[in-house]
Amino acid sequence: MAVGARLTPDVLELDPAAATDRIVAELRTIVGKTLRRRGAVLGISGGIDSSVTCALCARAFGPERVLGVLAPETDSETETLRLSHVVVSTFGVPYVVENITPILAAARCYERRDETVRELVPAFTSGWKLKVVLPDVVGNDLYRVLFLVVESPDGRQERHRLTAEQSLAIVAATNFKQRTRKMIEYYHADRLNYAVAGTPNRLEYDQGFFVKNGDGAADVKPIAHLYKTQVYRLAEYLGVPEEIRVRPPTTDTYSLPQSQEEFFFSLPYQKLDLCLYAHNHGLRAEAVADAVELSVTDVERVFRDIEQKRRTTRSLHMSSRLVEPVAEIDLSDA
Amino acid sequence: MRRFLATNFFLGDDPGSLSGDASLVEAGIIDSTGILELIGWLEDTYGIQVADSELLPENLESIENIVRFVEQKRSARGAA
Repeated sequence: MAVGARLTPDVLELDPAAATDRIVAELRTIVGKTLRRRGAVLGISGGIDSSVTCALCARAFGPERVLGVLAPETDSETETLRLSHVVVSTFGVPYVVENITPILAAARCYERRDETVRELVPAFTSGWKLKVVLPDVVGNDLYRVLFLVVESPDGRQERHRLTAEQSLAIVAATNFKQRTRKMIEYYHADRLNYAVAGTPNRLEYDQGFFVKNGDGAADVKPIAHLYKTQVYRLAEYLGVPEEIRVRPPTTDTYSLPQSQEEFFFSLPYQKLDLCLYAHNHGLRAEAVADAVELSVTDVERVFRDIEQKRRTTRSLHMSSRLVEPVAEIDLSDA
Repeated sequence: MRRFLATNFFLGDDPGSLSGDASLVEAGIIDSTGILELIGWLEDTYGIQVADSELLPENLESIENIVRFVEQKRSARGAA
């Protein structure tokens, strides 16, 4: 698309059959030839990304050589497990349910998190709920620092700005969840001689919306090149049930309902996809504003936020760095 | 201010070369967590309170902006 052109939503159109064929072929090559594994394990959350990845793996390897790992914990939404069952049932994929609450409790995930919360809210105890949120990027230039939101058992909400230490401590404790799930996935992958398939879409991968060595860890990431809008298009083609396709994206990580926008992304995915596409193709904010129904100033804010997230999360993409190369370990064919 | 930044963040091989009007965020020196660290240090060191509504680039984006912001906050407190 030429610089100066006006953006329209159809730039994200894709041919779902061709996209599916390409991913399925690549999955077979990567898993079978490069990784030399005979199937795939993946975490199933009942969300759109894991549902599409599950469907693609089932096509690539046959449903019987895919294993879905359903790993709820005490803060998971009640719908998570039911929808996850719908996914594995739809695609005929074997699955295991691994409740990770005991592991998280043993690692003091909840206790460490709650100790930090009580620095701000001494009354916080069982029966209270929490989430962490960011300020909106639209309409203001406020730095996007984390705020804690707690809700008492009688429904009263409080909002507190976190210090740097508190912010890091809550996120670090919560990251046990993604890392524990990945540990379980790799257990099953090792046992079955399968690869682990990761489920990030392009927004998540590009913007670093993942936990390093948690949900960011995988042997193959089949949909990381697809904008979320395209993942939805693929979901329809692949037969992902409608109740999953219409469910708003959620983090399903904190005990209060938390949208992906309020925790990490600045906009609903439909708009952010278009902004990211435009930014990636060198389009100016003026060319995007109408399509996303935002002011030019707000689109410029979104562009800056995209760049800021890339800077902040760059290290999450890095593998271990060596002081000197070890020439005998040759990954040039990988 | 420069000593705090140099102690807590990576300013490159020549910390003294950081200009007063350089964006600390766009230069990759501080991120959102760094902003929170900076606020904590400003509040502790200068005895000021930074409101949520003041977490703006015009107050915190560069050394010059931070200095101006702290001076405004201290003079407002002195006048009160």
